Amino acid sequence: MQVNDNKEFQPLIVAFCCNWCSYAGADLSGTNRLNYPTNVKIIRVPCSCRVNPMFILRAFQKGADGVILCGCHPGDCHYTSGNYFTRRRMTLLFSMLDFLGIERDRTRVEWVSAAEGAKFAATMNEFTEAVKKLGPNRRLEDLRCRKQ
Amino acid sequence: MQEAMINKAKQLLADGTVSRVIGWKRGEFAYDITPAVFETAEELEKDFVFDDFTSANVSKYLVKESKKEGKVLVFLKPCDTYSLNQLTKEHRVDRDNIYVVGIPGGPKLDIEKIKAKGITGITSVKNDNFTLKIETLYGEETMPFYEAVLDKCASCKSKKHVTYDELIGEDGDTLESNRFDMVEQLENMTSQERYDFWRSELSKCIRCNACRNVCPACTCENCVFDNPASGIDNKAPADSFEENMFHIIRAFHVAGRCTDCGECSRVCPQHIPLHLLNRKFIKDINSLYGEYQAGADTTSRAPLTDYTADDCEASIVHERGVE
Repeated sequence: MQVNDNKEFQPLIVAFCCNWCSYAGADLSGTNRLNYPTNVKIIRVPCSCRVNPMFILRAFQKGADGVILCGCHPGDCHYTSGNYFTRRRMTLLFSMLDFLGIERDRTRVEWVSAAEGAKFAATMNEFTEAVKKLGPNRRLEDLRCRKQ
Repeated sequence: MQEAMINKAKQLLADGTVSRVIGWKRGEFAYDITPAVFETAEELEKDFVFDDFTSANVSKYLVKESKKEGKVLVFLKPCDTYSLNQLTKEHRVDRDNIYVVGIPGGPKLDIEKIKAKGITGITSVKNDNFTLKIETLYGEETMPFYEAVLDKCASCKSKKHVTYDELIGEDGDTLESNRFDMVEQLENMTSQERYDFWRSELSKCIRCNACRNVCPACTCENCVFDNPASGIDNKAPADSFEENMFHIIRAFHVAGRCTDCGECSRVCPQHIPLHLLNRKFIKDINSLYGEYQAGADTTSRAPLTDYTADDCEASIVHERGVE
């Protein structure tokens, strides 16, 4: 992934970004030349409520160490109410993951608008640091997918 | 009670109100009761049973049965009526085609708890004033009734029939149950302890799909776990991830629709406390989005298909409980 001599743990972060706000926000942070870690892999979705709980689990299965879901601010959804449903769903899912003993800091929902390039970069920096502290995902990984 | 039910069924069959009856019949052993459909008075006379082991929730059979020609008579315990209401609300059954006779609920018995006492070769179990008289091939044994009660009955939430056309016996009321105690206990453990607890439970899973098949809320015609493209269709879990995934997704798909009938844990051949996952969702929904009992009515919106502008953020999960 990157040239790294000191063998520091580099987490893999999957970011689901909604097409209308957060993906544009990521774009803006790029055009503004703001840095955010290369660990973050963005997956664009039409709306944050497109994200099925299975997507989150699959990301962990395929080797993600943290999953962050970004969407429009509540009230700003392109489809009026998509992110409200996301909010309820993800609250319950994250609570369940926590209940099963999976580290709660590996998952996050953040609202990033198309104008918040700086917030996008800051969020990603902060989240990557948090996951880096947790170390590799071991409680919800698929051993068959582990890269040595 | 059994006599009254058979008579009621025979009467309704004879006057043409219904053409079929859903009830229970004896299986291979006396305690091995299975749901069954009866079409004649003779069949009822011969096979119909209602005793301490008729714990199966038969409301799911109505998904298919209510779409056939003629009305169907069904005997429902209070907890089963919640499931029927939920199915009616989701338009999975044709309520006009169903004649519900409400019957008193449990507590019902769990044969595994009797066997766990080392009692084998059981031929019959009789309840004599809350002492079980168990006839076995090796003589008679006794044990207290309440030591053999099913877990789901021990934390009964309601004795009230939420839907019925007729009642045999009296209607009860909703109860103050202690059903969230175990969930709370787990919530108060550390993350590592919870992880260890669930690993020891979920690693027993053999993916027989019994929990899914028995669940009255799981009525999709095409289930995600049968999808041949998913890589997880009809096969035993290969590792801890697949065990976790199956149980998270199974519970999530019924979140907000689960009436907490407890059938999933009852049928689990590995005795995994699956109802705890469902109850965790119910508890969260109650505390975050307001008290909600699935199946209590047929008009309210399910919590996951509803929202308010000032719902809590997902970060609430990170702020509460034990790390």
